[in-house]
Amino acid sequence: MSIPVSIRIQHADFDLAQEIATLTAGRTDIGAVVSFSGICRGDGGLAAMTLEHYPGMAEAEIERHAHEACARWPLTGVTVIHRVGRLTPGDNIMMVLAASAHRQAAFQAAEFLMDYLKAHAPFWKREENADGSTWVAAQQHDDAAAARWDKT
Amino acid sequence: MKLKYFAWVRERIGVAEENLDPPDSVRTVGELIGWLAGRGETYAYAFEKPGVIRAAIDQTHVKPDTLIAGAHEVALFPPMTGG
Repeated sequence: MSIPVSIRIQHADFDLAQEIATLTAGRTDIGAVVSFSGICRGDGGLAAMTLEHYPGMAEAEIERHAHEACARWPLTGVTVIHRVGRLTPGDNIMMVLAASAHRQAAFQAAEFLMDYLKAHAPFWKREENADGSTWVAAQQHDDAAAARWDKT
Repeated sequence: MKLKYFAWVRERIGVAEENLDPPDSVRTVGELIGWLAGRGETYAYAFEKPGVIRAAIDQTHVKPDTLIAGAHEVALFPPMTGG
């Protein structure tokens, strides 16, 4: 059976509980679902952030990593949702679900997906505060976090 | 070929995409960035630090030494900050 992989890039908000219910509905082979959600923080007087993406490549890049995760761990489902557009503090930015029979694979796959998406998925954040707006600089530690999963 | 620019690369150049035909002497992604940087002030500003620019050919990440021959779409952008 092929593993259900659902990838969506959207302006609209998502409901994490609803996504877990959709992934697990009618299934008896899922023993563990690990979820990650990224939420817009209000640090440093942040008023809003705007997320830009590369349509087509963003979906393809997330899908490639989702299939890589399915090849590495015995997963039974993957859902990734990433929002684009203008978000304000407290808003959901993105979420990852990794489902498996047992927790270890689900935990590891969720972390792998997050580390890879941060470093390789073509999204860019622009932050707005009282002084204007600036593009967020990439963090070296995000590249390092992704690199630790590279096979040597 | 079609060129696409994202985030501050797009803002500095002032367009999101354009069709350009670089000369045959421009063989790699790195050489393409160098050639674009010579096209005017906005391009020079966008590519003032060529080492930080990331690239994709036909929606797949590539390195600066990748050949551009046969590419339909080349995208140039800053390091990614999603997630």
